[in-house]
Amino acid sequence: MSAQPATARSYSAVPAQPLRKGGVRIADVVKVYGTSEAGILAVDHCTFDVPPGEITVVVGPSGCGKTTLLNAIAGFHSISSGNIYLDDELLCGPRKLKAQPGPDRIVVFQNGALFPWKTNIENVTFGPIMQGLLSRAEAYEKARDMMADAGLRGIEHNYPGEMSSGVRRRVEIVRALMNDPKILLLDEPYRALDSLTKSVMHEALLEVFYKNRVTIFFITHDLEEAIFLGHRVVIMTTRPCRPKKILDIDIPHPRDYSVLTTKRFREFMDETAAAVHEEALKAFAAGEKER
Amino acid sequence: MTEASPLRALNRDVSLGLADDAVRGISPLALAIHRFLLWLRSPRPYLMIVGFTLFIGFWYLAVEVWKLPRFSEMPGPTEVVREWFSRNPTYGLSVFTPEYYLHIWVSTRRVAIAFFLATAIGVPLGLFLGWSERFKQYVFPVFELLRPVPPLAWVPLAIVMFKGSETPIIFLTFLASFYATALNTMLGVESIDVSYTRAASCLGATRWQVFRHVIVPGAMPFIFTGLQISVGVAWFSLVAGEMVSGQYGLGYVINTSYTMVRYPTIVIGMITLGIVGYVTSAAVRFVGDHLMQWRTRELALGGDR
Amino acid sequence: MAKAFVLRAMSTVGGDDFWRGIASIAVFLIFWEVGSRSQALFGIAFPWISQIPAPSAVLQELVVLVQDPSFWMSALLSTLRVFEGFLAAMVVGIPLGLAMAVSRTFYGITFPVFEVLRPIPPLAWVPASIIFWPTQELSIAFVTFLGAFFTIVINVIGGAQAIDVRYFQAARSMGSSTWDIFCRIILPATLPSIVVGATVGVGITWAVVVAAEMISGGGSAGSVGGAAGGGLGFFIWNSYVGGSYTQIVAGMISIGIAGYLSSAVLRKIGKWLTPWLSQY
Repeated sequence: MSAQPATARSYSAVPAQPLRKGGVRIADVVKVYGTSEAGILAVDHCTFDVPPGEITVVVGPSGCGKTTLLNAIAGFHSISSGNIYLDDELLCGPRKLKAQPGPDRIVVFQNGALFPWKTNIENVTFGPIMQGLLSRAEAYEKARDMMADAGLRGIEHNYPGEMSSGVRRRVEIVRALMNDPKILLLDEPYRALDSLTKSVMHEALLEVFYKNRVTIFFITHDLEEAIFLGHRVVIMTTRPCRPKKILDIDIPHPRDYSVLTTKRFREFMDETAAAVHEEALKAFAAGEKER
Repeated sequence: MTEASPLRALNRDVSLGLADDAVRGISPLALAIHRFLLWLRSPRPYLMIVGFTLFIGFWYLAVEVWKLPRFSEMPGPTEVVREWFSRNPTYGLSVFTPEYYLHIWVSTRRVAIAFFLATAIGVPLGLFLGWSERFKQYVFPVFELLRPVPPLAWVPLAIVMFKGSETPIIFLTFLASFYATALNTMLGVESIDVSYTRAASCLGATRWQVFRHVIVPGAMPFIFTGLQISVGVAWFSLVAGEMVSGQYGLGYVINTSYTMVRYPTIVIGMITLGIVGYVTSAAVRFVGDHLMQWRTRELALGGDR
Repeated sequence: MAKAFVLRAMSTVGGDDFWRGIASIAVFLIFWEVGSRSQALFGIAFPWISQIPAPSAVLQELVVLVQDPSFWMSALLSTLRVFEGFLAAMVVGIPLGLAMAVSRTFYGITFPVFEVLRPIPPLAWVPASIIFWPTQELSIAFVTFLGAFFTIVINVIGGAQAIDVRYFQAARSMGSSTWDIFCRIILPATLPSIVVGATVGVGITWAVVVAAEMISGGGSAGSVGGAAGGGLGFFIWNSYVGGSYTQIVAGMISIGIAGYLSSAVLRKIGKWLTPWLSQY
């Protein structure tokens, strides 16, 4: 980490400010699709906290309704009742069922949503330029620094379609971080990747986290991924979605892949595998279609 | 991943992640030459020659040598070629006569006017139809009500509605293009993955910015598919319009050559129409590829999705 | 799945968008009615639209026409022509397209010729077709055939070439012969594109039939082929020559309905032929 330009953030393993932001409180949230009689209950009285400055991973079978929860935080979908707070500020509640999407909560999508018609750097600078926060030149400078810092030097003027999917995910995370979000919402971002790439991406994500201490809300159906990444793992029931088990993973950060072979990791796996498997069986029996 | 270190993972040389490093930095000309040489080495050009030889050979033999029944009425290939490239054509139309170019010009001009009008109206309409659910609910039913009537069935009404012989033909041509363009643009907007608009609103884009930076470029591939179809149907309707009413133009040439028994000129008109039609649609494709570099490059790499 | 179902149930006939559609069509008809009568109503003729007969007048004309057997004869004649040309295009186009997709050599020989002929609009073939074919009926049928033919062939080739190669590998590993692969994989896998090609093709066929009937029936002072012919295209041309503008619009509406019905029927048949596609 050489001398940084004024616009760049100062990175260190310990955040400069101890003030952590991006805590989300989900309080008694219900989501029903369709009318209340003929509707489908997707989220059922769901209550849990996403602590600020930590990684919270939500695990559940496909189609259980965890994406619904993420969409409610992001402001893509309304909720039916309950409250969601971001840093004690109400995002959505009974009077305002749908939150306003904004750059303080940025989603990294399942299949990636880099705009294929914009070059990588145009993608990365999209947020600040659209919001009018930075001039084009400033945004480009900051983007170049951040991309270089994430090991993405030299691909600024390529299109996302020319890159491997792993690189695209990394560019997408840089695009999110450019906006200095309070919380990153990751919706099964590594689902389509092969397991080798996935392991590289996990380490990359952890490194981003150590540098920025941005709160991360991560959705997956991969238990190992959840325990490896999370400070906190929330295991969901199959539809309707409700926390079945909340675990605080006391494996110290920073973690790397040697963690996977430790005894403590195995203990967590053993403790949770049965619960997750049980829900997976229920989901399978209910015939939920993958989507 | 035995020697895992959290810091190493990110700073790894990223060119490993490029789908194909070799393709970058090659000039388009070199690529074109390379592709041409590959093509020459494949059996395709020789099969193509066989195909054309069979086609023209059969035409020649059936008409000019064997003089098969029915075929003997038709102009043969040598007759057509001789007429087409004659300095002193028997029937008055060849590459050396100015009228030939006048007809091409008149037809092309009509298609161009109709095409640009259809694009100027059809693309924005399609964008709004796809973008706003409400707008679509109000406008699309009328669009769907009018669409089943083929543009060519408008011929008499167009003549009644518009004065002169030029406007009705342009109107017909416009109508055919317009449907194709508007419909494909709308489908293009509807095909855009909702993740893109969501990502943009997440990143703080306003509704208008989403339209400008996501909807318009995202629909671009479909828009250009629509424009290609649009040029095709424009020629299609133009010919009908020119054959029914109108003066000058290639459809007119074909029709009058029939009544005046200038049979070789009919074929000259048809071939010319084919060439001009092909050139215009190639031009649209070229503009599309040029505007959608991202797509061209993605496809060139074989699309790692 | 379930989400989509609920959403669809909400947007059926009684929904808001249904009434918005009705409202928009009503506004369109009122606008048309007032526009056509603008000369009488306001003393100013609106441009273009005042030349078109009002919808009420057209409706009256339609009521008279449906009681007229000769109108039904025209409709029948056009429908028959569409059917003939379309059928011929399917019978020739599907095997040709499949052969081109299956054999690389055959594709190499025929496709370039095909691509050279394709940009020539079907109606440009009308005079040549009249010279070549002994009867007027055959020459119209040939042009109609051309209209659907190119679309169908292109769709068949595209569909067959897009088949996932793993299907072939799977079939081979289960011991299929080449003939089995053709019948049980290539044919059904191409079926959806055949259906699409046919639906588009039948629309083009209607356009071509109508235009061919106009050109051969009327044209620039009855140029091509004399006054015989008949059919809906000839009907509207004849109405134009006779100055009966309500008949023109009534004829156009009939053509629109006929074309719409043809593609609706094809879509139904297509759905029935490809049940595995209809889960959405």
